[in-house]
Amino acid sequence: MLDALANLSSIIIPAIIFYIIAYGLMNKCNVYEVFIVGAKDGLKTVFGIVPTLIALMVAVGVLRTSGFLNFLGELIGPLADKIGFPAALVPMTLVKMFSASAATGLVLDIFKTYGPDSYIGLITSIMMSCTETIFYTMSVYFIAAKVTKTRYTLAGALISTFASIFASIFLAGLM
Amino acid sequence: MLNFIWAFMLIVGIIFGAFTGQMKAITDGALNSAGEAVTLCITMLGVMALWSGLMEIARVSGLIARLTSGLSPFISFMFPRIPREHKARDYISTNIIANILGLGWACTPAGLKAMEELSQLEKERTGRHQTVASNEMCTFLILNISSLQLIPVNMIVYRTQYGSADGTAIIMPAIIVTLFSTIIAIIYCKLKDRRISC
Repeated sequence: MLDALANLSSIIIPAIIFYIIAYGLMNKCNVYEVFIVGAKDGLKTVFGIVPTLIALMVAVGVLRTSGFLNFLGELIGPLADKIGFPAALVPMTLVKMFSASAATGLVLDIFKTYGPDSYIGLITSIMMSCTETIFYTMSVYFIAAKVTKTRYTLAGALISTFASIFASIFLAGLM
Repeated sequence: MLNFIWAFMLIVGIIFGAFTGQMKAITDGALNSAGEAVTLCITMLGVMALWSGLMEIARVSGLIARLTSGLSPFISFMFPRIPREHKARDYISTNIIANILGLGWACTPAGLKAMEELSQLEKERTGRHQTVASNEMCTFLILNISSLQLIPVNMIVYRTQYGSADGTAIIMPAIIVTLFSTIIAIIYCKLKDRRISC
C-alpha cells in the first residue's frame, strides 16, 4: 500500500510532462520555443520573490533563534498534544493562516531540525501542501470585490483547513 | 497584514532574545537566514523555469482551454445561479485549474478577476453595489482556500533540498488530503447555500 503510494507519486511528474509535450506536438505547437518563453517568465517570478524570501527568512531566523517560538509552542503545545497534534507544529500552523512565505521559513526550520522524512517532517510536508493562507487570501480577494461583510467564508475556510490538518496527521501516521 | 507580521517577528524576537541572552545567536540567525534564502531561490530557479515552460506549452496548445471546458459541469454544480455565458465562470475555472496545477502566480490574477465579476453579477441582480458577500463569493473563497493542488512543487523542492530520501513521496497523500478537505468544503457550502438561498 505504502510502496504503491510512493510509486504512483514518482510517475506523476513524468506523466504530466509527457502529456503536455504530446498534446503540444499534436496541436502543432512549437513546443521548444514556447517552453523557452514560459521558462523565462518563471525565472522572472523567482527573481521577484527573492527580496521577500530574504526578508521573511531573516525575520523567522531571528524569531527562531530568540527561542520565542519554543516558548509559545510550550505554552499552547500541551493543549494541542491532548488532541493528538504535535506541539512542534503549533507555530507553523498559526503562521500559515496569515502568510505562506513566513510559514515556508518555519517549514524549512522543521526540515532542518527533524528532517523531511521524519514523522513531524511528513506531517509538515502534507499539511503545508494542502492548506492556504486563510486571512491573506480572504483579505486580498474581498478587497477586489469591495466586500466588507464576508458572512460564512471564514467558518467554511477554517472547517476545511482543520479537515486538512487532521487528515495529514492521520496519513503521516500510516507512512 | 504582512507588514505587521514581519515587524512583529523581528521585534518580538530581538526583545525576547535580549531577555534570554541570545543576542549572539540572533546575529548568526539573521545573517545565515539571508544566505539560505538565496540558496533556496537558486534551487527554485530551475524548478520554476521548468514548470512555467511546460504551462506555457499547455496554454499555447489549447490544453488549458480544454481543461477549462471540462470543468464546466462542476462550475454549474457549485455555482448554479451564475448565468452560463457569464465571464465569472471563465475566471473561476481558470483559477481552479491554476490552483490544481500549483501555479500560484496564475491563480491570483484569475481569482481577483472572478471576484470582480461576481460583484458585478450581484450589482446586476440587485441594482446596486453590495458590500455583503454573495453565496457565490463565499463558495468560491472556501473552495479556493481548501486548495486543490495536484503537485505541491515547492514542497517537493524544499524536501529534496533538505535531504529527503524521496521528495515526491508526499504527492499521493497530499492529493488524498486535499480531496478530503475539498469535499468537506463542498458539503459545507452546499448546506449553507441551501439554507440561505435568496
